[in-house]
Amino acid sequence: MAIASREFNELRLDEVSRKFGNLNALNGVNLTIRRGEFIALLGPSGCGKSTALNCLAGLLQLTSGSIWLDDKRIDLLRPEERSFGMVFQNYALFPHMNVRKNIGFGLKMKGETKANTERKIDEALALVRLGAQGEKLPGQLSGGQQQRVAIARAIAIEPPLVLMDEPLSNLDAKLRLEMRAEIRRIHTMLGATTIYVTHDQDEALSLADRIVVMSDGQVRQVGTPEELYARPSRADVAEFMGYRNLIRATASARPDGQMAIMVGGTPVTGHAINVVAGAPAVAAIRPDDLSPHPEGAIIATVESAEYRGRDFYGIAKMESGQELYFRSEDKVSQGETLKLGADPRRVLIYAETAA
Amino acid sequence: MNALTDTFEDGRRAASTQKRPLRMRLAQRGFDGVTLLMLPAVLFVILLFVYPFMYGLFLSFEPKKMATEGIFANYITFFNDPFLFDTIWKTLRLAVPVSILNVALSIPIAMRVRLMRRQRLLTTILVIPITLGTVLIAEGLLNYLGPQGWLNRTLITFHLIDGPIRLVHNYAGVFLSLLISGFPFTFLLTLSYVTGIDPSLEQAASTLGANARARFRYVILPLLAQGLAIAFCLTFVQMFSVFPSAVLLGEPAGSTRVISIAAYVAAFEEYDYSMASAIAMIMGFVQLLIVVLILASRHIFYRGPAGGAKG
Repeated sequence: MAIASREFNELRLDEVSRKFGNLNALNGVNLTIRRGEFIALLGPSGCGKSTALNCLAGLLQLTSGSIWLDDKRIDLLRPEERSFGMVFQNYALFPHMNVRKNIGFGLKMKGETKANTERKIDEALALVRLGAQGEKLPGQLSGGQQQRVAIARAIAIEPPLVLMDEPLSNLDAKLRLEMRAEIRRIHTMLGATTIYVTHDQDEALSLADRIVVMSDGQVRQVGTPEELYARPSRADVAEFMGYRNLIRATASARPDGQMAIMVGGTPVTGHAINVVAGAPAVAAIRPDDLSPHPEGAIIATVESAEYRGRDFYGIAKMESGQELYFRSEDKVSQGETLKLGADPRRVLIYAETAA
Repeated sequence: MNALTDTFEDGRRAASTQKRPLRMRLAQRGFDGVTLLMLPAVLFVILLFVYPFMYGLFLSFEPKKMATEGIFANYITFFNDPFLFDTIWKTLRLAVPVSILNVALSIPIAMRVRLMRRQRLLTTILVIPITLGTVLIAEGLLNYLGPQGWLNRTLITFHLIDGPIRLVHNYAGVFLSLLISGFPFTFLLTLSYVTGIDPSLEQAASTLGANARARFRYVILPLLAQGLAIAFCLTFVQMFSVFPSAVLLGEPAGSTRVISIAAYVAAFEEYDYSMASAIAMIMGFVQLLIVVLILASRHIFYRGPAGGAKG
C-alpha cells in the first residue's frame, strides 16, 4: 500500500496562534514539513504540542495565522474536508464496530467501492499484523492491539498526513518499545508524512527524522535527533533533552576559546553556545557526563544513590544547596563528599535567559 | 515417634477445619451489618408496592357478579364494552406519540447543550416544569391556549386566523401539556446518555471524512440507541398514567377518556373497587407489554460502554 493519492511537497504553518481565553496555547508557530518526513513535536505537558496537532487536524480553529499544503490553504477547511489520518491518545475506536468496520469507516465515508474497501482493509490489517482479529470488537482487544487498529484506521484512507497524539502513553513499558519499533517500520514502509506528538524524549529521538521542541506555545528548536541531543540551542531545551544539571554562574572566557563558569572558586569549562564573557550563564550537564574525578571542580555531598546495573546514579548536594544528578562507576554512599567533574566537550554553556 | 507426629498433625488438622464464627461465614457470603441497611427499603417495597399490588390483583378476581359470571367477570366486561376497552387505545394514542416526540426533541437539544459552558443554568430552566406539577401547567395552558387566551388573541389581532383555534378541551390540549411536563425528564435522561459518549469518537469520525450527518448516523446514534430506548420506556410509563391533564385540558368523556379515568370512575363513581382493580391490572399489563417489547428489541443495538475503549 503506497501513499499515491494527494501527494504534496510541503506543509507550512505560518504564524499559527491559538488562544484559550487569555492563555496563548500556540503563539506564532512557523514550521515547514517536507513530504515523507517523520516529525516529532516534543515538549512538556501544556507546551501546546497537542493544540498544534488538533489545529492541523482541524479539530481546533486557529485564532490567527494560516496552514498551507503547498499552495492550498487548509486551515479554514473542516476536519472531514482535510481527512488527515489521526491516531488518538485513547485510540477513539468506535466501540460498536468490529475491527474491519473501524478500519473501513474512512473508506466508506470516501465512497470507496465495496471490493476496494475490503482489499484496503485486508492490506491495513496485514500491515499492522492483526490479520486474524478482523471480526472482534475493540473491547475484546488488548491495549496494544487497539493501538494497532487505531493506526490501521488512520492509514487505511491513505492520508497525505498522519497525525499521532501521544499514541504510546497508555501502554506499559515493554509494549511501548514494541509499538515504537512498529510505528517506525510502518512509516518506513508507507513513507507517509507523520507528525507525532510526545513528551518522551526517547520516543522522539528514536522515531523522528526531525524533532520540534516546544515550550509555552512556541517552537524553541527544530533539528535532527543528533543535533538536539548534542547541541540544544537553549538552556530550557537542553533541560528537556536530558541535561538535568543546570548550574547558574557568571561566564568567563578561557584562553583556549572555551568558556567557563565559576563554581565555588573553581572553573567548570564547557562549550559556549550563545554566551559572552562576564554575563550570567547556565552550564548544562547530563547526569551521565557528571562523575567523580580527582580533579573535579564541583564539591558535593551524596544525598542518595541507587545501583542501576552497570553504574550507580545518585543525587549530590553542592554547598549552595543545589542538587546535582551524577553517575559513578564505583559505589558511593550517603554523606560521602565527592569531587565531580565533566569532560569540557560535554558541558554546554548558555546565556541566562530572562525566562 | 511416629505416633507423636500423627497426634500433632491430627491436632493441626482439627484446628484448621474447626468452624469459624457465624458472623465471619455470613460476611463471606455478603451478609454483614451493612446488609441490614437494606431493611427499610425492603419493608417499604413490600408494604407499599407488593402488598397493594397483590391485594388489587386478588380483588380484581372477586367481581360483584362473581356468582353469575365467575371470577373473570370484570375482565370479560372490560374487553366487551367498547367504552372501557377503547380507553387503552385512547391512552396509547396520547402516550406513544408524546414519548416519541419528547425523545426526538431531546436528542438535538442535548447534543447542543453538551457543548455549552453554562449547562447548569439551562438545565435548571428546563427542570422547572417538573417542579411545577401537571395541574399548574394545565391551568397555565388553559389560560394561554384557550379561546380568550394570548395565543388566539394575538393570532386574531394579526389577522392570521378568523376565529379562535380550539387547542383546549380536546386531544391537542392534553398532548401539549404532556409534551411540556414530560420533556424535562426525557431531556435530562437523554443528556446523560449523550454526555456519556466520548467526544474523541466524533473527532475521530470527522478526521476520517465523516460530515456531521454521517457522524450522527454511524457513531452517535448507534451508541445512543440503547439509552434512547430506556428514555422512551420511562417517559412512556409516565405518560400512560396521565390523569390530571386529561381531565383538565381534555375531553374526559370523549377523545381523551384515558384508562386512568376509567379506573377512577369505576372506583369512586360506581364504587366497584373490584372493577377498578381489574382496570388497573390491565393498565399495568399494557405498560409492561410495551416496555418489554422495546427492551427485547435492544439486542439489535450495541450494548457496551460508549467510551473509546481503554483510556
